Amino acid sequence: MILSCSNLTLGYESHPAVHHLSLSINKGDLLALVGPNGAGKSTFLKGIMGQISPLEGSINLLDLDRSNIAYLPQLNQVDRSFPISVQEMVALGAWNHMGAFGRLRSRHKRQVSSALRQLGLSGFEQRMIGSLSGGQMQRVLFARLLVQEAELILLDEPFTGVDSRTTQDLLSMIESWSLQGKTIIAVLHDLEQVKKHFPLSLLLSREPIAFGETNQVLTEENWQKARQFNEAFDEHANHCGTH
Amino acid sequence: MIDYLFAPFIEFSFMQRALVGCFAISMSAAPIGVFLMLRRMSLTGDAMAHAILPGAAIGFLISGLSIEAMTLGGIIAGCLVAVLSGLVSRLTSVAEDTSMAAFYLISLAAGVLIISLKGSQVDLLHVLFGSALALNDEALYLLGGICCITLVTLAIVFRPLVLECMDRLFLQSVSRLSPIAHFSFLVLVVLNLVGGFNALGTLLSVGMMILPSAAARYWVKSLDKMLILSCILAIFSCYLGLLLSYHVAWPTGPAIIMILGSFYILSFSFGVNGGLISFLVKPKHLSA
Repeated sequence: MILSCSNLTLGYESHPAVHHLSLSINKGDLLALVGPNGAGKSTFLKGIMGQISPLEGSINLLDLDRSNIAYLPQLNQVDRSFPISVQEMVALGAWNHMGAFGRLRSRHKRQVSSALRQLGLSGFEQRMIGSLSGGQMQRVLFARLLVQEAELILLDEPFTGVDSRTTQDLLSMIESWSLQGKTIIAVLHDLEQVKKHFPLSLLLSREPIAFGETNQVLTEENWQKARQFNEAFDEHANHCGTH
Repeated sequence: MIDYLFAPFIEFSFMQRALVGCFAISMSAAPIGVFLMLRRMSLTGDAMAHAILPGAAIGFLISGLSIEAMTLGGIIAGCLVAVLSGLVSRLTSVAEDTSMAAFYLISLAAGVLIISLKGSQVDLLHVLFGSALALNDEALYLLGGICCITLVTLAIVFRPLVLECMDRLFLQSVSRLSPIAHFSFLVLVVLNLVGGFNALGTLLSVGMMILPSAAARYWVKSLDKMLILSCILAIFSCYLGLLLSYHVAWPTGPAIIMILGSFYILSFSFGVNGGLISFLVKPKHLSA
């Protein structure tokens, strides 16, 4: 087991976005996080990263340091007008080794060029990130993940706004990470993709609806339940009594 | 010709002092300005410059035109407003630019009022537009000190600061330095504005930050080149501005800022990196 949640409630200003979630994730799991918009999927990832603290319950990392988690937020979070080259961007993945002040060693430089090669970005080293297409930018962010060498990888809608060829390349990257024994949690919307590539799924709709093997989670019945649960955010909701 | 270009700085010690002081400001304010621009905080810098005025004015009210009192007052007021406007925009539903604008109008009015309580028109002009030709020893030490602090701090927080500007979520996912990078940067902005106001006045000191970086980005693409070019532009403009103010008898602060302004206008007209001219002259496209 690498991560467990017990009775986890996460939210903003005491409104729950993730409600009473208990589950455990094993090392090497390849888990898809699915659910309607506003279901708390991104909030759950932020909770794992420790960027928001639980309103109730807990998230426990077992044999895992926070520095060993890599997190890819949704694409639009990076300021792409910033003057930084592809190579420098990818090299930031070595942060855990070099920190804020250390220098980039030749080992890391080799890692960076190998990551760029694996994602088909050779020749792009000196390009500014502002001149890249959406798909190329996502390849750059995946290259940075590769350099991070984390044990647990969190991906928030990694294929949104990305063409099918890049999606295929990135999916095979994810599969090779999984073969290396890394644990991956990805927020996804394309259910066909989930069925094809992700053995485990969590269907979340503020409340956990179903968790387990993908073909048993993604049933029509569960989706209907998810839609019912995903009611509007109630400004005047009463304090939650169920525990 | 040589005489025209160099003699004023050889003959007169007040010109030498002005040159040294302005160079110190250029070396520190220009890189700060590059980061302000890249964080889309140019207007924030402007607002903070105005916010310094009442603090400096209270220092002036207490102990006259003393550098120590006015500097201390300016630093306190600047830090206070940076924190306050951040709080106001976070706690209320008004966007940050509106609260910044509100704060700086109030500060400007308060500052001018406080100075007119005790001082003359000349004092007011000194505080608003500076007096680069009358830098005393204390002012030079202050400017040199701020320049050193700024460059050393920037060197230390450089990597976290770049990430704070570009990809804050990544920085937060790998380290806890995000608030430190943000806060030390704001302190540097305040320090440089306070330093700059001795030479250029509260209204113009922000020009040493914004104009060089705004001009530099029309010529170069990478961050390190942008930092270097903005420093060079700032230093060269200071030299030209002082020269002009000597020969043509223009007020120094406005002369320096006008030179920087002309560089900016030239840059956005003819700059190779997104200047107006690049829209008029269509380059031949490559084959692939």
